[in-house]
Amino acid sequence: MHREYLHEGALPFCLGCGHTLIAENIDKALQSLNIPLLDVILVTDIGCHGIIDKSFKTHTVHGLHGRSIALASGISLSLTNPEKKVIVFIGDGGATIGLQHLIDSAHKNFNLTVVLHNNMLYGMTGGQPSELTPLGFKTPTLPEGNKIKGFDICEVVASTGASYVSRVVGIGNISEQLAEALSRKGFSLIEVMEICPSYAVKSNPGMKLRQVTEDAGLSVKVYADHNIEGFRPEIKSETQSLIDTMPVIPVGYRSERSVPAKILIAGSAGEGVQSAAELFARAAIASGLNVTKKGSYPVTVGIGFSASDIILSPDPIQYTGSPDPDYVIITSTDGLEYTAGLIKKMNHGVVYLDESLPTPETKATVVRIDYRKTAGARNAAIYSLLGLAKREKLFPTEAMLDILNQGKLSGKADWNKMAEGI
Amino acid sequence: MNSNNIIFTDSSRLITESLVRAGADVFIGYPITPANLLYQYASKRYPVFMAAPDEITTLQWMSGFAVSGHIPVTATSFPGYALMIESINMAAMMELPMVIILVQRMGPATGTATRGAQGDISVIQGTMSGGFSLPTFSLSNAADCWEISAKAVEVAVKFRTPVILLTSKEEVMTMYSLDKSSLGPINKANRTFYSGNETFVPYEPNENLVPEFLPVTSSEHQVRFTASTHDKKGIIQNASPEALANSKRLHTKIVSNLKDFTWYDLDEQHEAETLLVSFGITAQACHEAVAELRNEGEKVSLLTAKTLLPVPPVYYSVCSRYKRVIFAEENLTGQYRQLMFGIQPPAHIEGVNEFGHMISPMHIKKVIHNA
Repeated sequence: MHREYLHEGALPFCLGCGHTLIAENIDKALQSLNIPLLDVILVTDIGCHGIIDKSFKTHTVHGLHGRSIALASGISLSLTNPEKKVIVFIGDGGATIGLQHLIDSAHKNFNLTVVLHNNMLYGMTGGQPSELTPLGFKTPTLPEGNKIKGFDICEVVASTGASYVSRVVGIGNISEQLAEALSRKGFSLIEVMEICPSYAVKSNPGMKLRQVTEDAGLSVKVYADHNIEGFRPEIKSETQSLIDTMPVIPVGYRSERSVPAKILIAGSAGEGVQSAAELFARAAIASGLNVTKKGSYPVTVGIGFSASDIILSPDPIQYTGSPDPDYVIITSTDGLEYTAGLIKKMNHGVVYLDESLPTPETKATVVRIDYRKTAGARNAAIYSLLGLAKREKLFPTEAMLDILNQGKLSGKADWNKMAEGI
Repeated sequence: MNSNNIIFTDSSRLITESLVRAGADVFIGYPITPANLLYQYASKRYPVFMAAPDEITTLQWMSGFAVSGHIPVTATSFPGYALMIESINMAAMMELPMVIILVQRMGPATGTATRGAQGDISVIQGTMSGGFSLPTFSLSNAADCWEISAKAVEVAVKFRTPVILLTSKEEVMTMYSLDKSSLGPINKANRTFYSGNETFVPYEPNENLVPEFLPVTSSEHQVRFTASTHDKKGIIQNASPEALANSKRLHTKIVSNLKDFTWYDLDEQHEAETLLVSFGITAQACHEAVAELRNEGEKVSLLTAKTLLPVPPVYYSVCSRYKRVIFAEENLTGQYRQLMFGIQPPAHIEGVNEFGHMISPMHIKKVIHNA
């Protein structure tokens, strides 16, 4: 047979191995489709079938056991020229260790063709059973025969909505079936049933491939032929700078603070603690201070505590931790529970506590304020931070009022009155 | 600060912007705390953004994009990195440029996703089977996030290798005020592809020991990328002399060019006998501790490592000048100290370590005072 895509000479497989038949028929199928040699990207992985690379004149990419479909998916996603043809050679072992990749690529309908070399065992490592070994099938490590039924991988892949799925028995001329799989848009898989001449034939004397396939309940047919246009990712020709688009915070006020202030505010999720802390931080920046802010909350962000560490400093801040805050604000029971251990250890500083909460044990000064009653649960955090800025002379409250009155919180409350009252 | 240029940002934003400006054009992500901001920014900024179904797929897709000539990036934390390791070996063997941002969090296993750590130095050092190294850079402040991230792209391209950008939860999730005029221009990494007429030999090294690159989209030359042991043509070999030499070259191309990507800050004080060595989040505490110690009249020097791996030889010459060397790092046993000086380092090589908490300047000062 004339070869176009394969080098001349013997292929590197055992006598009678179906892998030779597949490689030669792929060459024939590609010839029938007239695909230019260097439009073909063959992706292989580990297993006897994977040593075919050197025999191909196309581009070849040889990856890891079971990962060739994912690797080929990446290649397929990267291609802008729809004429390129990505072909994956994988075995039954690889297809099942990388089953996630197979299902993912199939259901996302990436543009590639998987040629699944199913010889029903691991040929490279001594003939161990694979996930696709049929019930009763014997291998050198399973002389009593497989006690577990293999599954129909074509059915699994077809169920994902794959563009094309078929199974053939690897005997004789299968180039037409291969060409059909190769010619379909999007994701196609063709499973070729094979017998391993080294490990399966001796273990199962007299076995016939067609019979084994039939006995295993595996249909030789086209499972899906939707010919759906494959997925191509969006390539954004221009995206906006993440820095240039950031709002600059103009410095319009001046803080009299000469030393850093470490603040912890703790309240409940859903009560605007994080946004209040950020607003407070911006006001401090607008007053010429350096600021850092961190958020702490449980993984279920909608319930439980919500806390924020803020450091304000006239000098650049290096260490952003604040294990010993100067000021702790607690606006709710969740916040009190979260800070209980810390407050107990505090031997300096001030704890600002909502009036509704019990006074915790601490050597810090405790100041009780009716945050929730005065401002409501939703605004208690902003109200408390306005109060902190004012009472501790951290920066002018006007800096915070500017943001409150100009931004999306404008009109949500009488912020000026709140600032005066605290 | 220049009062007309102050923004309130986080390092995830700076890292993302820097990588894209340097030429990284694809981000493949699988969500994991504390790398989520990097994922979020990536979805807006990279020309191509894809959500992968797991971290093995992430590295495989990245490799697929890389063989086509792209420069892919991902961001993960230890649990995801652990899944990526075999595929990182593949990418290194295929000699694919890419950047993997590893945001450290407290382990072992799932540990605590929202607690910081510096506990993944050993796993990076041991990522490659056989004693090979991956260029690994640590980010210690906003300037590093901006400058070193861009350099990571350059190194990945120039030396055709995966590069690890090592950071941690407290670095990438903390917001801070920043004078944006401090962010200098970033040049796109210079990238060239093989343009000769002769048969392309995929793993024929140049004078830097790096082969020229040609993507699988070439219509002129056959291209092979191979993860198994291979010869210069990319043909799988058992252990032929040419193939072994090719594998060994992967090591020598990194170590022999190390001087090209050795970056560190050295703040030496005249007559100081104590050297503090640190990197990443703990370097910030060290800066503060050193400033306070000097104000108190103590003499102390500080080495901030930015190139972590392979360990630049200059770190040893710096350490050799001091009677006392103290490594500050947020892991149980002092992974970087042990990596440089062994499991039982000499008595004058000490450590400040924490697990589950950031190392504070106070803690560092206490250890230095306990001479």
